Amino acid sequence: MSNKSVFFNPFSKNNPVIVQILGICSVLAVTVKLEPAIVMSLSVIAVLAFSNVIISLIRNTIPTNIRIIVQLVVVAGLVVIVSQLLEAYAYDVSKQLSVFIGLIITNCILMGRLEAFAMANKPWPSFLDGVGNGIGYAIILVIVGFFRELLGSGTLLGYQVVPDCFYEAGYVNNGLMILPPMALVTVACIIWVHRSFNRDLQEK
Amino acid sequence: MGLRNFLDKIKPNFEEGGKLHAFHSVYDGFETFLYTPRTTSSATGAVHIHDSIDAKRTMIIVVMALMPCFIFGMYNTGYQHWLALGAQEFPFFSLLWYGFLTILPRVLVAYVVGLGIEFAFAQWRKEEIQEGFLVTGILVPMICPAEVPLWMLAVAVAFAVVFAKEVFGGTGYNVLNIALVTRAFLFFAYPAQMSGDKVYVASGTPFGYGTALPDGFAGATPLGQIATQTSSDITLTGIDGHVIDTWQAFLGLIPGSFGETSTLCILIGAVILLATGIASWRIILSVIAGGLAMGWIANVFASPLYPASFIPAYDQLLLGGFAFAAVFMATDPVTAARTNTGKYIYGFLIGAIAIIIRTYNNGYPEGAMLAVLLMNCFAPLIDYCVVQANIRRRLNRAKTKTVNE
Repeated sequence: MSNKSVFFNPFSKNNPVIVQILGICSVLAVTVKLEPAIVMSLSVIAVLAFSNVIISLIRNTIPTNIRIIVQLVVVAGLVVIVSQLLEAYAYDVSKQLSVFIGLIITNCILMGRLEAFAMANKPWPSFLDGVGNGIGYAIILVIVGFFRELLGSGTLLGYQVVPDCFYEAGYVNNGLMILPPMALVTVACIIWVHRSFNRDLQEK
Repeated sequence: MGLRNFLDKIKPNFEEGGKLHAFHSVYDGFETFLYTPRTTSSATGAVHIHDSIDAKRTMIIVVMALMPCFIFGMYNTGYQHWLALGAQEFPFFSLLWYGFLTILPRVLVAYVVGLGIEFAFAQWRKEEIQEGFLVTGILVPMICPAEVPLWMLAVAVAFAVVFAKEVFGGTGYNVLNIALVTRAFLFFAYPAQMSGDKVYVASGTPFGYGTALPDGFAGATPLGQIATQTSSDITLTGIDGHVIDTWQAFLGLIPGSFGETSTLCILIGAVILLATGIASWRIILSVIAGGLAMGWIANVFASPLYPASFIPAYDQLLLGGFAFAAVFMATDPVTAARTNTGKYIYGFLIGAIAIIIRTYNNGYPEGAMLAVLLMNCFAPLIDYCVVQANIRRRLNRAKTKTVNE
């Protein structure tokens, strides 16, 4: 596989969220507002890229039977760094994300990429794979966050975008959008649209 | 037979090559709606015997069974409005007319949106139209407050039809009851317009008719009042302050969702459904049994923490949407359990869970909707267990028989 396809495939054809259906829990949890969704995306991109590189560098020295533990230690270390950075420089957002930064450790996308790619490839392709999958995850997170914040709160990144005259005319924010079920429905809609454009992905 | 002739006359337009062929599924839908199709599927060469009660005729009967509740709902909407105005006289036809004008736009919106989506999907999939929405369209306005905003209703109906029905494959394949999904969507998305004490008395002037009530007029439903009670001595009052007794709750002259207040009219509907064999008496009976049992248990262990536990079990059945859910929602043949034993379990649990939610969750004054939706999800599992138990029992019987021989 060329470096280019390693980087770009996860955007659409092999998207970790809507094709491999990984990392769904965090999509439900952090997408009520757009801002935490973006911060979460950046954190996952960073952790994914660097853990891929580190594991790829030491892949030949890891004993096979304890590789999962080694991967977890690397990811956990990186997650702690990200979490501390957020608390230092973006305290409000880290409050909103609460445990979900810590739970990046359990994000299936990470273990999936480490096992499936970093353990068998050189550092540079592994880095591209990590960034590519991170961005693939981020795309979905941002789309879901966009619609949930727009329809659920009438704001985007905290700024009101639904004009006041709408509210005066009787428009009301959709409270269901703030609840997790609508995140699932939104992801389902993205999958629906995506599959209808990529017929080869449709299950029989 | 002018209608039949007219249909035959315009038919060529919709056939292959006709200029309106694109709309042939719409034509087909209306033709089979108006007349039972004379054709049977002869492709296999088999002989089919079937009576005239097909899905469309069944639905018409359900709609007719809903009519007593609907007409009473119109009257009650007007009655509560007049009561709120402090009127001394209640002119029958004015009340009815006011209720009619209030509900008419809701019914139209529900039908136009729901059928529109259904027609579009049928056309898109090149299938014939299944008028599964005939019943849903009338049910939806009946289980909402009479003045639910039209655009909210449209959004909720569209959501329910697309995500609860069409993505599962259309009429007959849905897991959840469509009308209740609509209501659940409204309830969770727009709680201010769907619950509380401000929404259950019609206050507007539909098409300029009647007198508007002052803004913020409050008239709580009996269940809403119970949820905020603190003492064990519960007195329910109508919106003008008069005491509501069991007889009035039975008749249904109480504030509530449009069509669900009158247990009497629901019983008339139940008789129609049972006499025509459309609804399952097993489900209706077991829902009532479940409600009575749970209501009795709650009443025995009544506690001031849960004010609804102080009302007697038979009153639980008369208030809120319980009776309506038992007769018209739980019995939906698509989403209910199909085995006879399964129907008893399914119904009993609906009744019991409805009362549990109503009593022990003070955040939700009414639990019938959530109970039916929850049991809809479990109906296939119940059926599976019943069938498996049956298979095991027969296998055991066969085994003991062979051993004995």
